[in-house]
Amino acid sequence: MLKVTNLKVNYGKIEAIKDVSFEVPDGKIVTLIGANGAGKTTTLRAISGLERAAGGSIVFEGKDITNLEAHKIVPLGISHVPEGRKIFPTLTVKENLELAGWTIKDKTEVNRRIDQVCEIFPRIKERLSQLGGTLSGGEQQMLAVGRALVTGGKLLLLDEPSMGLAPVLVDEIFDRIAAINKQGTTVLLVEQNAMEALEIADFAYILEVGYTTISGEAKAIEHDQRVREAYLGV
Amino acid sequence: MGSIFSLQQILNGLQLGSIYALIALGYTLVYGIVRLINFAHGDFFMIGAYAAYGSFYMFNALVAGRSGTLAFLVLLAAMIGGASIAYLTNKFAYKPLRYKPKLSSLITAIGVSMFIEYFFSALPAIGPSYRSFPDILVRKEIRLGNAVISNLVIIDLAVAAILMVGLTLLVRKTTLGKAMRAVSQDKDAARLMGIDIEKVISFTFMVGGAFAGAAGLLAGMTYPRIFPYMGILPGLKAFIAAVLGGIGNIPGAMLGAYIMGIAETFASAYNSLIGEGIAFAILILVLLIRPRGLLAEKIADKI
Ligand SMILES: Nc1ncnc2c1ncn2[C@@H]1O[C@H](COP(=O)(O)OP(=O)(O)OP(=O)(O)O)[C@@H](O)[C@H]1O
Ligand SMILES: [Mg+2]
Repeated sequence: MLKVTNLKVNYGKIEAIKDVSFEVPDGKIVTLIGANGAGKTTTLRAISGLERAAGGSIVFEGKDITNLEAHKIVPLGISHVPEGRKIFPTLTVKENLELAGWTIKDKTEVNRRIDQVCEIFPRIKERLSQLGGTLSGGEQQMLAVGRALVTGGKLLLLDEPSMGLAPVLVDEIFDRIAAINKQGTTVLLVEQNAMEALEIADFAYILEVGYTTISGEAKAIEHDQRVREAYLGV
Repeated sequence: MGSIFSLQQILNGLQLGSIYALIALGYTLVYGIVRLINFAHGDFFMIGAYAAYGSFYMFNALVAGRSGTLAFLVLLAAMIGGASIAYLTNKFAYKPLRYKPKLSSLITAIGVSMFIEYFFSALPAIGPSYRSFPDILVRKEIRLGNAVISNLVIIDLAVAAILMVGLTLLVRKTTLGKAMRAVSQDKDAARLMGIDIEKVISFTFMVGGAFAGAAGLLAGMTYPRIFPYMGILPGLKAFIAAVLGGIGNIPGAMLGAYIMGIAETFASAYNSLIGEGIAFAILILVLLIRPRGLLAEKIADKI
């Protein structure tokens, strides 16, 4: 479904991504694991068109989307829950969700999806008329995922969805991700919480300072001695 | 008229404030969405006045007699004129610099402003000198106690009010308005929603330009003399009004503009030089006492 080959991304003179290659097969959950600053967020931002690739290619469903503008990538079927949630603070929760349906012409479909999000996250439903900026961190995270569900699409990019959540909510959000995947959405997941991510993922790639190094099935990676020492703390 | 604080002066102040408000909104909209002080904005106002002037003579040849329809067509022309110059300015001057340091845009803004002013002075059809603005509507007056209320006062206030209500509804209620607010708050998040932020920015410039254009027509009718540099001072004062209200804040720009219009009118009644200077006194006071403006308590809400 998604194939990233020899991706390079620079911030001015800083080479954040030097050579990253990986694949996300249709219907699977793939996780990118790496230390702080390894380039996970940058990789996701390049895929959804927020950063320019200085080299390499990004192919989505056979279409080269390298350096396509973000607003042209979204309707192809990629939605992205960004690092730091990026909720619109002075729009209401409802307005946040409505905007996520920007590219969908049929507004009754948007409302149907908003209802679905409310079912998945009852907490969001209670707070539809509240301003986004006044939600708690965990609620904002739910809203960020909810927005991506309204945007819809075939591939969901998740940048640290468990960040700042209480342990019980972490489990819940991972359950949700697994459920969303079961319903047919392919997932590319970036996580600090490597253990949890490996639990639900099919494949994993290790990112080290701008390079993809180790890769394989999630179960195998979970038992890889090098990975266990470096990322799982065991 | 006796006291400085007569009904007449209040009306004059509101009339001037209406014109400032329409200009100030453009500063605030553009600042809200791209954090740029568009120093060429006063020139959009001037273009609106000339578009009104030109279209009046054009339509007048087609439609005999002065009528409400004619005035409406002229208003439309002024707004289209203002929107067009705003569109072009954004497209050719600001958009290429969007991700460059802010100072480049600021200097470019000053350059664009001077370019528009000199270019229009050099155009044979316009020229550098004053022109007297035609009476687009037949003037009528009614007396109310000591005050004389002309139909122009009513029209200025009404046009400004209708446009401001329209803008508020646009920004608060429509999907496009939500997109404008979203782009002003977080450009990356807006892009991830699939919003073409450049289109929204361009639209915002055009709304600001259209409002300045409408103000150009109202100013032409009210103070019937136009010239290529006519945008400089009202532009500066409207900018100060926007800062007074809290730049980036829509109700703030309106409030600031009416305060400015009334203060200037009262001060001018006392002494015309003080009237001219009052705007700058207000600017200094705001910067000293409340630098973020009257209505800018919420940092994030910039549009
Ligand atoms: N806007 C930017 N300008 C300059 N350098 C940047 C920028 N964004 C990221 N970087 C650098 O690029 C590198 C990769 O950053 P990135 O955010 O992709 O890391 P990450 O793997 O997501 O880290 P974390 O786990 O901390 O979120 C880092 O060295 C970072 O300092
Ligand atoms: Mg990151």
